[in-house]
Amino acid sequence: MMKFDAHIPDGPLAEKWTQHKFNLKLVNPANKRKYTIIVVGTGLAGASAAATLAELGYNILAFSYHESPRRAHSIAAQGGINAAKNYPNDGDSIFRLFYDTIKGGDYRAREANVYRLAEVSNNIIDQCVAQGIPFAREYGGLLDNRSFGGAQVSRTFYAKGQTGQQLLLGAYSALVRQMHAGKVKFHPRHDMLDLVVVDGRARGIITRNLVTGEITAHVADAVILATGGYANVFYLSTNAMASNATASWRAHKRGAAFANPCYTQIHPTCIPVSSEHQSKLTLMSESLRNDGRVWVPKNPGDTRAPNDIPEEDRDYYLERIYPSFGNLVPRDVASRRAKAVCDEGRGVGATGKAVYLDFADVIQRNGRQWVEDKYGNLFDMYQQITGENPYEVPMRIYPAPHYTMGGLWVDYNLMSTIPGLFVLGEANFSDHGANRLGASALMQGLADGYFVIPYTIGGYLAQKPHDSLDTSHEEFTKARKGVEDSLKRLLSIQGDEPVEELHKRLGRILWDYVGMSRNRKGLETALKEIPALREEFWKKARIPGREDEFNPELEKASRVADFMELAELMAQDALHREESCGAHFREEYQTEENEAKRDDEHFAYSANWEFVEVGKPEILHKEELVFENVQLTTRSYK
Amino acid sequence: MKVTLKVWRQKNGSTPGQFVSYEVDQVSEDMSFFEMLDMLNNSLVRKGEEPISFDHDCREGICGTCGLMINGRAHGPLKGVTTCQLHMRSFSDGDTIVVEPWRARAFPVIRDLIVDRTAFDRIMEAGGYISVRTGGAPDANAIPISKKAADAAFDSAACIGCGACVATCKNSSAMLFTAAKVSQFAVLPQGQVERKERVLNMVAQMDAEGFGACTNTGACEAECPKEISLVNIARLNREFLRASLAG
Amino acid sequence: MNWFFQFMNSSVGKKITMATTGLLLCLYLVIHLFGNLFLYAGPEAFNLYVERLSSLKPLVRVIEVILTLIFVFHIWNALRLTLANRRSSGEISYTEYQAHEVSALSSRFMGVTGSILFIFLVVHLQTIWYTFQTHHQEGQFYAVVTGNQVGFGNPVYAVFYLIAMFLLGFHLKHGFQSAFQTFGIRYNKYGKLIEAIAVIFWLIIPATFATIPIYFGFLKGGF
Repeated sequence: MMKFDAHIPDGPLAEKWTQHKFNLKLVNPANKRKYTIIVVGTGLAGASAAATLAELGYNILAFSYHESPRRAHSIAAQGGINAAKNYPNDGDSIFRLFYDTIKGGDYRAREANVYRLAEVSNNIIDQCVAQGIPFAREYGGLLDNRSFGGAQVSRTFYAKGQTGQQLLLGAYSALVRQMHAGKVKFHPRHDMLDLVVVDGRARGIITRNLVTGEITAHVADAVILATGGYANVFYLSTNAMASNATASWRAHKRGAAFANPCYTQIHPTCIPVSSEHQSKLTLMSESLRNDGRVWVPKNPGDTRAPNDIPEEDRDYYLERIYPSFGNLVPRDVASRRAKAVCDEGRGVGATGKAVYLDFADVIQRNGRQWVEDKYGNLFDMYQQITGENPYEVPMRIYPAPHYTMGGLWVDYNLMSTIPGLFVLGEANFSDHGANRLGASALMQGLADGYFVIPYTIGGYLAQKPHDSLDTSHEEFTKARKGVEDSLKRLLSIQGDEPVEELHKRLGRILWDYVGMSRNRKGLETALKEIPALREEFWKKARIPGREDEFNPELEKASRVADFMELAELMAQDALHREESCGAHFREEYQTEENEAKRDDEHFAYSANWEFVEVGKPEILHKEELVFENVQLTTRSYK
Repeated sequence: MKVTLKVWRQKNGSTPGQFVSYEVDQVSEDMSFFEMLDMLNNSLVRKGEEPISFDHDCREGICGTCGLMINGRAHGPLKGVTTCQLHMRSFSDGDTIVVEPWRARAFPVIRDLIVDRTAFDRIMEAGGYISVRTGGAPDANAIPISKKAADAAFDSAACIGCGACVATCKNSSAMLFTAAKVSQFAVLPQGQVERKERVLNMVAQMDAEGFGACTNTGACEAECPKEISLVNIARLNREFLRASLAG
Repeated sequence: MNWFFQFMNSSVGKKITMATTGLLLCLYLVIHLFGNLFLYAGPEAFNLYVERLSSLKPLVRVIEVILTLIFVFHIWNALRLTLANRRSSGEISYTEYQAHEVSALSSRFMGVTGSILFIFLVVHLQTIWYTFQTHHQEGQFYAVVTGNQVGFGNPVYAVFYLIAMFLLGFHLKHGFQSAFQTFGIRYNKYGKLIEAIAVIFWLIIPATFATIPIYFGFLKGGF
């Protein structure tokens, strides 16, 4: 039986973190030099953690499957990063940021974690500015803020539409500084393929050098995973092509509980799929909904060109259903409504799987130049991909898988159910509940890396004196052998179907049954189809090349094999959660007005799953969520 | 439409490579260049042949992972885009498309179209940072920075490190890459303390990696997918001169 | 002195050296042109000018030595840079490379134009300068320059001179502005001014030089 003590400190909410930092045991500077910490993943969370821990004196072994830390997908975040600075003097506070985040997550996150996130948010901005990150500024030289979904204050700091890029390059700069100092040894193009647990503690990892194929064991006193989310399980998502769940999933198979896998965010404004060859979906910033109007034709089967459809034949459905929030409803609501109108046969474009986002009104009102100044780069990007000019014809948009709130379960110290295994950023489940607000992912990644893990990992290490374990230990040999065998097994399949095709099919099952809206029948279908497809994968996949050379097809196959297992758990979790909350919408549980209906009495917990064996249902463990500082209410945007 | 690809194939850094031709049929103009390569690769896999290796990741023009020399142009014929943003509508039926990896001594080939750009990381290690420890920073608004300086810093910081500047330069110079980072910090108050050491160390590392010298042809600016300006190189030169001459 | 060698051997230092020596040579061009223009004032004026210079022999010699050093340095540095840049581009070059799409012709052919100009310089010194040193009979300088031995009266020299001036303009079209880019002062408020001065150097000065063979060779020489 797993233990799910979240180790939330006692005391009033606002003092928990301060008190906890004081209570944590410290490692003295001379002893820090003796400890080695493995950091897997060097995006926002991983790079900031590796750099900060190295500054403290620990020896860091950092790993990434990219050639450089600067390639991590954190770089693609557009909008911004939240912080409770209250610079605009509009009534923001740490408590308000905490409250908005808890509410935005539909009351499915842990209060203490979210409060700490809001608390350290201000330090993040200070840190980033000191690193030379060029945030947008006002003419007076002070930092500018903009507003974002789910909040009534302006608390989002941004660097044009490239905030993620700038923050990642900031964390990267801190990391290369420590690489230069010799405190971080960075391993580029290395895939983590297993976690090594010795005497119940995470003590190392097994990696494959993607260039040479060499399998190596690495030993450490603690292991940090900062390996991002799993939205690529859908095949088509806004994630980068290589984003994967392998590190998390293999840790899960070694005993780390996976929490709320069914909480996957579908972003409403993406460029729709245009052909079956499409390899990824591109996000169009949420900010476009500030000035664009969403509509579809009133009548199904209306094939006229958008500009030929007169006003009276158009349905501005968001404005119609949600008169007060209109086009600015939260992501989950906007996504579901887009799907609904397309299901009614009113979708537009060649595939019928898109809605219009129309800028004609604002262009007429404020002029083309105004729109160009504000959204120029997004309009260019759209034209680049679709070949259509959005100044003249409305954009076509459709929802796409974007972010995963679920992830490995962690306690208040960000430690998983395996002692010594810490999980940061999108890879953990901790702060966003059932739905993440815009501009909160960057905040969480950096909070975990810069300001939480440096304290909490010390508290763990202080209780574990450094020992002389090395990779000759039996557990390392076993894990290494396991990795080698699994790669050989993949190469021995000798079918005739490219892995990508199988991945696409998995994605279609998930999209249809475990996507934006779910129901029992669909989920049960998914639970039949996913294992069947997995079986097919192990019979039909074709993976050319060898394991001891550069082999991108083998990398892909090993990741897709894990997705095939994770997908089943997502469906299992979605089936068990008989309520609708945030991004998890069960059709059986909705109000008369088709809004999500939570069941706080039975489901106010995080669902933490324990791996048993491939193909067998996982075991559910609940961590009840206790709300002492906020009142659970129903979200309404009418 | 149908296109013929002439692709550079090379098993690894220590074996010689050569061009191999492939005919790709049923290409739709809405496909991205990479989706066309994906389609070709899947057909190669079905035939039991090894697919073409190329670097790519975000496929939305920001991670800087991709980069191909397409018909003699870094990132293909369009201005201000990365290879992943290039779509097949930029080509016509019957075209022959020559695809080569970035070529420079400092970017050795790993396989096929993939090169090793870790030299860029080492240039960054030499000084591409402001030495600030986590936690010790003053309030973000403690030092006002003019909008002009902040915008200039942003324009420099927009570099994605793809290496197109090196690839297109006849001297394989990494000046635009190095200059972008030096510039970003040179215009910000936070960057002043280490200003001198930064430019000297980064230039020294750039030279040590085997990149060439800049001869101001401007090819880098013309091919940069983020349109990083030559202003940055001018600024680096000035910074270097100042740092060298002042005591 | 350590910093000095580091500077001189770094890629940016080499560029700055190229720019400095190049601009000094441009300055010399102005002085040279000033002297040449006396040709248009007639034989007496020109001869008098050259004789005046001869009377300042020690100073002229010093300037000549300095000028030679600058030239040697400019050329040696260019060779160094070119060889290093060749090495940097690696062993395999592109099969397809659309250089003309991304850069100006003048910027890519500095080595070629520079090399031809070097040949011109040697010929020019060997003919005019050497003759001035060895056969300096008073009042004969004008005749040497316009005559048909080594002067513009000789169509081969005249044409060669014209080609060289064309290449000089081409060389400076890139070189002059490039020098200011290298000093880092091209993209500020002086940018426009530099652009204007650049036109003087790459167009007006070489063109004025070129009028001399045209006038004395083609028009007055009558060939």
